[in-house]
Amino acid sequence: MSATIRWVRGGGLSTLLLLLPLLLVFGYFAWFPIGRAVVMSFQETNLVADPAWVGLDNFRQVLDDPLFWTSVRNTFFFTGLALLFGYPVPLVLAVVMSELRRGKGLYSGLAYLPVVVPPVVAVLLWRFFYDASQTGVFNTIFGWVGLGPFAWIQDASSAMPSLVLQATWANAGATVLIYLAALTAVRGDLYDAAEVDGAGLWRKIGHVTLPQLRGVLLITLILQVIATFQVFTEPYLMTNGGPQNATVTVLLQIYNYAFRFGDYGAATALSVLLALFLAVMSAVYFRLTRSWSTT
Amino acid sequence: MSDTVKDDVRVAAPAPAAPAAETARRPRRRLDGDGERGLLSGYDRGRTGTRWGLRAAQGLVLVLLVVASLGPILWLARASVSTTQDTLRTPMAFWPSGIDWANLSTAWNEAQISHYFANTMWVALGSWFVQLLVATTGGYVLAVLRPRYAPVVTAAVLATLFIPGVVVLVPLFLTVLDLPVVNASLLNTYWAVWLPAGANAFNVLLVKRFMDGLPRDVYEAARMDGAGPLRMLWSVVLPMSRPILGVVSIFAFLNAWKDFLWPQIVLPEPTLQPLSVRLPLIRDTVELDVFLAALLISMALPIVIFLVFQRLFLRGAGLGGAVKG
Repeated sequence: MSATIRWVRGGGLSTLLLLLPLLLVFGYFAWFPIGRAVVMSFQETNLVADPAWVGLDNFRQVLDDPLFWTSVRNTFFFTGLALLFGYPVPLVLAVVMSELRRGKGLYSGLAYLPVVVPPVVAVLLWRFFYDASQTGVFNTIFGWVGLGPFAWIQDASSAMPSLVLQATWANAGATVLIYLAALTAVRGDLYDAAEVDGAGLWRKIGHVTLPQLRGVLLITLILQVIATFQVFTEPYLMTNGGPQNATVTVLLQIYNYAFRFGDYGAATALSVLLALFLAVMSAVYFRLTRSWSTT
Repeated sequence: MSDTVKDDVRVAAPAPAAPAAETARRPRRRLDGDGERGLLSGYDRGRTGTRWGLRAAQGLVLVLLVVASLGPILWLARASVSTTQDTLRTPMAFWPSGIDWANLSTAWNEAQISHYFANTMWVALGSWFVQLLVATTGGYVLAVLRPRYAPVVTAAVLATLFIPGVVVLVPLFLTVLDLPVVNASLLNTYWAVWLPAGANAFNVLLVKRFMDGLPRDVYEAARMDGAGPLRMLWSVVLPMSRPILGVVSIFAFLNAWKDFLWPQIVLPEPTLQPLSVRLPLIRDTVELDVFLAALLISMALPIVIFLVFQRLFLRGAGLGGAVKG
């Protein structure tokens, strides 16, 4: 008893009260749902009857769904294309921008501007740009140089690259800033040394700049993979998975299971599978940031 | 204001992620002046070929950035004051049949964008408040008061960073439908958006790291003067933490403004929905020129905020980008 009083007098109670918002919010909306996700993936849940244990049925159902492999393939395709478009361009931009003596703020402001545009607005705008008719915005521009008209998101083969192009536009600015920050940390004396050894511009980039950026390059790579595996807004609003399921992603599958078909068990089973994959990716990420920031 | 903010971040905050550490190092380099250099040496810059090559590359990048970043936004600005006919027939021409200012007011009034704009504002402000409340009180307890169980809580918060939001989407929805213990449903209330927004581990850890870096003898002095934990938070810790709270606030507000999937799930009632949820739905019900005007209105506030707080943004972006995935 006296121990309790001492605890209260010593500020233990007020400390706990101050921590209450965090405990409640995280308890209700982070820790509990995470545990529940694991439980639910082994249950049949339909909001009407009590949940029933079904073992691995949900996982079996999800893996047997013909759309599963389509969605995995599409998601990998999206991620691959996003790396192809979104990985080298920001790097080149950042290298050129880092040599600016004036106007760096203008350049980085411009680069970051699309990141600020709400994704829904950007996707709906680009959806209009992708109008497949002769007078679509992009088709008009390509028409000036005698190309097109292209089908963009109307065609199964060009739909995914079109989505990735939009996503790259929307996100590249953030990556540019990360590279810019990393570039200012490259030590000048390394360049001095390279010059003494007679290295030209390209050798300096290849033997000093890129190796020095190795850590941040790896980190942005993993971050991009993690982010692109959760892509939803673009395929949902631009094509809703079509044409011919060419843009069905894993997250779109999860959304459809849960909020179109009411199959919460299957939705969480697929979420758990995705989570396991992403958890491995982010564990790698945290290991890297830790070792990278201490060196 | 922004200058002091920048410096305080550099001095007091041990940067949480590596990119931020590198950002923070920049001002010092500038002071060092000639001692620091980039890829090109002074000698390189003096050579005519290199100089012109560099200028050409930088000019090219500027043109590219203006066309790619600004282009679509300017196009939207133009199209939102054009007639539907013009936009459909000649999307790249400048107002062949005159400027149509009425689109903006039609969108604002008749398409009820004003209503959804207010909803979005309400969603964003509430999310901002909850995030700030949880992050400051939580960060304060974990970093300054440090009860014995603090490491456990910190680890539990950190653990949620590793779990992508996707995983909890469905269980979180079911939790919101029927809150355990209190047995209430938050569906179709803004609490369903506000409260889960607070469970943002990144904010808590960012604030905690910052407060970890504040000088501890200030707390001792305040305690000697008889300040209780709440008073110390309010009059000592919060004023010193303004820089980090600024960064957290801006990203909290804007991320709430941008959010689409979660509000769409928990706010099925149309009159409550924010712009991001409403825009895809009104696409088919209003005329194209009005719709494009609505898009412009929806992106206006985030862009204005960005332009006003640009410095804070470009410094904080490293942080946001580093954990956003």
